[in-house]
Amino acid sequence: MVRFIVRRILQMAGVLVALSMLLFVWLKALPGGPVSAILGERATPARREALEAALGLDQPVYVQYIRFVQRALRGDFGASTAVIPGEDAFQVFLIRLPATIELAICAMVLAVALGIPLGYLAARRKGSPLDSSLVVFSLIGVAVPVFFTAFLLKYFVAVEWNLLPVSGKQDASLDATRVTGLLILDGLLTREWDAAWDAVRHLILPAVALATIPFAIIFRITRASVLDTMDADFVRTAEAKGLEAKVIRSRHVLRNAMLPVVTVIGLSLGGLLAGAILTETVFSYPGIGDAIYQSQRDKDYAVLTVLILAAAAIFVIINLLVDIAYAVLDPRIRTR
Amino acid sequence: MSATMSLKDDATPSTGPLLSVEDLRVTFQRHGEKPFTAVDGVSFDVHPGQTVGLVGESGCGKSVTSLALMGLLPKRGNRVEGRATYEGTDLLSLSDKEMRDRRGRDIAMIFQDPLSSLNPVVSIGIQVTEVMERHQGMSRKDAMPRARDLLERVGIPDPNARLKNYPHQLSGGMRQRALIAMALACEPRLLIADEPTTALDVTIQAQILALLKELVQDTGTALIMITHDLGVVAGLCDEVNVLYAGRIVERGDRHRLFARPRHPYTHGLLSSIPRLDSPRGEKLTPITGSVSDNLPWTSACAFAPRCSHALDVCRQESPPWEWESDGRGLRCFNPVDPEEVRRG
Repeated sequence: MVRFIVRRILQMAGVLVALSMLLFVWLKALPGGPVSAILGERATPARREALEAALGLDQPVYVQYIRFVQRALRGDFGASTAVIPGEDAFQVFLIRLPATIELAICAMVLAVALGIPLGYLAARRKGSPLDSSLVVFSLIGVAVPVFFTAFLLKYFVAVEWNLLPVSGKQDASLDATRVTGLLILDGLLTREWDAAWDAVRHLILPAVALATIPFAIIFRITRASVLDTMDADFVRTAEAKGLEAKVIRSRHVLRNAMLPVVTVIGLSLGGLLAGAILTETVFSYPGIGDAIYQSQRDKDYAVLTVLILAAAAIFVIINLLVDIAYAVLDPRIRTR
Repeated sequence: MSATMSLKDDATPSTGPLLSVEDLRVTFQRHGEKPFTAVDGVSFDVHPGQTVGLVGESGCGKSVTSLALMGLLPKRGNRVEGRATYEGTDLLSLSDKEMRDRRGRDIAMIFQDPLSSLNPVVSIGIQVTEVMERHQGMSRKDAMPRARDLLERVGIPDPNARLKNYPHQLSGGMRQRALIAMALACEPRLLIADEPTTALDVTIQAQILALLKELVQDTGTALIMITHDLGVVAGLCDEVNVLYAGRIVERGDRHRLFARPRHPYTHGLLSSIPRLDSPRGEKLTPITGSVSDNLPWTSACAFAPRCSHALDVCRQESPPWEWESDGRGLRCFNPVDPEEVRRG
């Protein structure tokens, strides 16, 4: 198990190195660039050259890359030019991270807490009106793009019916105390109930929008997997032993049916990062997704580089956690 | 072998049957399809300690018979008629809960594929003890030593370690032994084995059959052996029922049935098996045609289109069940002449 984890962490380092090279070349290839962003389109060639020399942009790409890696290893990714001007790029990531963690956790909890029980229920009542309507609903969930769902929710729930806030993550006038940066948790820790409640209200719509696709996928996989497992030979063996229905359900059906669901939850968590860019942008929710959008729009390459590398690292770490969860659930992997 | 015989001879006349199946009929009805009768009026008795074989090719209704007796057929899409009297109670009229209380305690079952019949994510120990927890009110802690003894009894080496193992860590033969241990955990009076050796290597098959034979002799458990393999029947069963298309076509004592098969189907089955003592170069005689040629039992003999002995009457009337003088039951208008068999 330890060897397995160490191997996966080494793999992660490889992934990050390869990605950083790709990213570096890709950013160089983009039109515009930091010089135009700083000086504007109408700067004289002399001024541009001077700035390029100052920033080291007149060097060959591989020299620039080596310099980038040298500085990155010291934790220096450069300063933000647009998202939070002047702030260290890595600090920008840390400032924006808690909001996205909060959003992703809520969306995932929502998707899992609804997807698994409903998937199980639909499988048990296969062919019933409940099953059919859930299947149709989940199909819509997968098919409709996140930004569209987000716009619909925002337009109707927030703007037309005025039930929930339109954007942001907390009302600034509350002046809530910061402890961890996770606003709901902070509100609970400091007993500022109004702050916690306000954060929850801000989180509902983005979380629902972000949860639709993972919910639909988890629901469908759970349903299919439970149906499959109910027909398994070992369930018939359990029936032949005369075991009580609830033991058969929990020990024999659900435990086996959960294996593919865990895989899908892991994959969906990766997908949440992509979904977060769209959702956070629509709701102006100040997390990493919103920062990625801003930094690429305003050519804040230092921040963009940090965020994309961080997103990749998070993705790989989540996959590692899923693999560990899988090994815990399935002895065939654990005791190979 | 003599021990098996004596069991039957002791058991048959003195006590009543442990299980009496009368006119069992199972009809499958899928939505929008023609109903299909898989088991068409099957009757047989199982006496305490007796081993009864149900033999036939795929689709003859032998497995459906066992699942119907266990109450394990899918809840929807089928109709089960007839009676299956187990110690005075009709199993087929029991509620789901009552049947659940009996399964694993009074009647246990062993299935064909030992790997897929075991839960891959639950340890062998728990899979053995759960049946004792359920029926004997034992705690898992108390049941574990019993489970250990059971594994040892069915010939699994190092049982303490095996209790903690998962099915994928056991060999095929060991898995089937573990399933047998689970079936015997509550000392059932009747064991149903549905093709228990089909998925195993030949050498392992022999071991498992020897184990089953030894266990039923030691414990006095009655056994219904479901198989397509006449070799299995020859080594194990006291009485043999040959099924064709959902009906029993011949029944008899194992020795007589093998020595002088009367139904052309039984005869065909025996002729299609290679024998060690047959002359070199002799060809095997397969049964021609397939089950798709079958006629409906209601107005003919289902086997007639494939039968070398078929008369005109076989295609016009359904042959009745008749008892022969030697205690053999037969469903045939034109049985094979015993003299013909002897001549080969």
